[in-house]
Amino acid sequence: MTTTASLPHPSVGRSSTLTIAGLRAAVGGVEILHGIDLELHSGEVHAIMGPNGAGKSTLSHVLMGRAGYEVLGGSVRLDGVELLDLDTYERAQAGLFLAPQDPVEIPGVSIADVLGAALAAAGCEADAEPAALGAKLAAEAAAIGLAPAFLGRALNVDASGGEKKRIETLQLAVLAPRFAVLDELDSGLDVDALRAVARRVERATAAGEPGAAGLGVLAITHYRRLLDELHPDVVHVLVKGRIVASGGPGLADDLERTGYAGYAEPEVEARPIGPDPFGGLFS
Amino acid sequence: MSVVTPSRGPDVAGSAPSAASTVQHGLARFAAASAMLAGPTWLAELRACAADGLATAALPTEAEEQWRYSRIDELDLDAFAPVLEPARSPLSTEAQRFLDAVGARSALVRSAGGYAVEVVLAEGASALGVRVDTAQDLATKPEELGVHLGRRADALTALATALCPDVVVVRVPAGVELEEPVVIVHEVGRGPGGGAAFPRALVVLGAGARASVVELVVSGDEPCLVVPLLEVDLGDGAQLEHTSVQQLGRRAWHLGYQASNVGRDAVMHSFLAALGGEYARQLTSSVLAGIGGASELLAVYLGDGTQVQDMRTFQEHEAPRTRSELVFKGAVADTARSVYTGLIHMHPGAKRADASQTNRNLVLSEGAHADSVPNLDIEENDVRCSHASAVGPIDADQLFYLATRGVPREVAERLILLGFFDDLLDRAPVPGVAAYLRAAVARRLSDGVLAAGRTTVASPGSPA
Repeated sequence: MTTTASLPHPSVGRSSTLTIAGLRAAVGGVEILHGIDLELHSGEVHAIMGPNGAGKSTLSHVLMGRAGYEVLGGSVRLDGVELLDLDTYERAQAGLFLAPQDPVEIPGVSIADVLGAALAAAGCEADAEPAALGAKLAAEAAAIGLAPAFLGRALNVDASGGEKKRIETLQLAVLAPRFAVLDELDSGLDVDALRAVARRVERATAAGEPGAAGLGVLAITHYRRLLDELHPDVVHVLVKGRIVASGGPGLADDLERTGYAGYAEPEVEARPIGPDPFGGLFS
Repeated sequence: MSVVTPSRGPDVAGSAPSAASTVQHGLARFAAASAMLAGPTWLAELRACAADGLATAALPTEAEEQWRYSRIDELDLDAFAPVLEPARSPLSTEAQRFLDAVGARSALVRSAGGYAVEVVLAEGASALGVRVDTAQDLATKPEELGVHLGRRADALTALATALCPDVVVVRVPAGVELEEPVVIVHEVGRGPGGGAAFPRALVVLGAGARASVVELVVSGDEPCLVVPLLEVDLGDGAQLEHTSVQQLGRRAWHLGYQASNVGRDAVMHSFLAALGGEYARQLTSSVLAGIGGASELLAVYLGDGTQVQDMRTFQEHEAPRTRSELVFKGAVADTARSVYTGLIHMHPGAKRADASQTNRNLVLSEGAHADSVPNLDIEENDVRCSHASAVGPIDADQLFYLATRGVPREVAERLILLGFFDDLLDRAPVPGVAAYLRAAVARRLSDGVLAAGRTTVASPGSPA
């Protein structure tokens, strides 16, 4: 197995914490997120489930700092560093990754171009070097069943939905961030692709190298099938811009049976029961 | 190198000290200079004929459809003087870089100020009957010279003919396939400032011949006027790959005209890259005269600072089952401007002809501007035509996506811009030219275009 090319985070090997506290955000002047609290540690997999319009994708965009999403309050800290003060690329360099629901096509720009530029910008010149990067890409592509032809092609151009998600996973594997927000990673994936992608993400969550902290995952999904593969530690239910319930994997099973109807009432009091008993209050 | 002193320069008294009123201006001044050029009789006659016409001709104006959005009204011929003698000087750094990138070649022609000063033809090509001649090598006028210019000829064509110092004639006999390209390097604007150069080339491929011709036009920083003419005559079934790279300095005016005449089942591949110049206009006309003839017209152009890149194209389908594909892509930054106007003309009888025309432009700064005007003129029912035109900023979604990978904005913009040109560069006939252009564009980007904070992007789409 090739060595992991990782961004030079100040605390490689140490466990990290992503803390979202009181996050409120608006789109087009309309408040969509009404105060999100969530704490995620290295190696943990949290799922955020919710009906259409609950604010799931808004959350992913706000975390990454997309233009057009206005933060009204709250904070997002990665090991104490306030991400909301950073540009998107700086958030990525700090160790946050977003696999978007619909990866954009970039004509004429290859995966190697993007990852080479990303690694070089992060100061990982050795990893960005074409031979090293090429070998790493080839190994990772094989691991997730992505045809090698995609490595030389323009990013996401003429790729199927499943291929795009494999390409996202490939980039995740090479960039080795601390935390990844996976926005509907399962959309457009057939069963085989879903399994391949989930296995690679799961492998990243396990501490790979001795002493290296595993990837923390925030998996945003509409359906349970991704969770059957990803095995979340915690499931959060997002309804109308609020986390209305948090619990173990069993919560996803409940949702499968009852749907979101029981949570539709926006007045339902959120009662975080995640691994952080204080719901991020003191972080 | 000697030049005629610009008539309004400090040495204006020069050869006619006492009669300021007889100092000629504009086209008439150039017409008078025509007689001072050396060369064989047939060329002198050709020039004299054109010069006669010039005396009463007028430069085109922006009011003409052909010249809308152009800077032709600003052209001050009196600021330039024709180069009257060839001059040898060492190859410029840029020209050398280009030659190194192109690699193996069948022939090299160096032209300075429009004069061929060096012709080297590889033995292998010579043995196949390939000829690369200059005007003095030829006892009579090449019969194809000037024949296919007529359709779009104007006062500038007459000017270029009247002042034509030399002609490079590349001739590939019927059935001969030439592997390596014939390379023509036009160096202009060197020596005393204000030089006007009129480089001219003619490429003739016999029936079934195949060849590649690569041209570079390059100048330094001095002001100059360049009016190049290229004529291409393709016999039945011939295939030409023509590459033209324009790397003029930022004070150069370029008014180029390329006319190709494509015979039956012949194929013209034209690849144009326009990077330099202050005002650089290129007129490309491809006449599909024989049944089943085809042309592929590709171009990339880039402007920054105050540059204007001005592209005009004509796809003339005169015969049945002719095909043409045109893809022109440009990018402008700072307060640069670009113009693309193109016409697909389906002549009567061009049955089952098929033409496409695509022009895409990236506008990288608030102050930059691109015009894109496709036109169709269909005089035959049984044809297929398509055209697409786009002008817009760098896509905000693409920038955001790259940012989520940790790519800073300036780097992302460079990647996207290089990617924008990439599909065309991949189609450059000579791989070395593609590599040269990728490096040249990248150098331009790091030198100035797209400096942080100077670019504009699309406002983000409505968030989902």
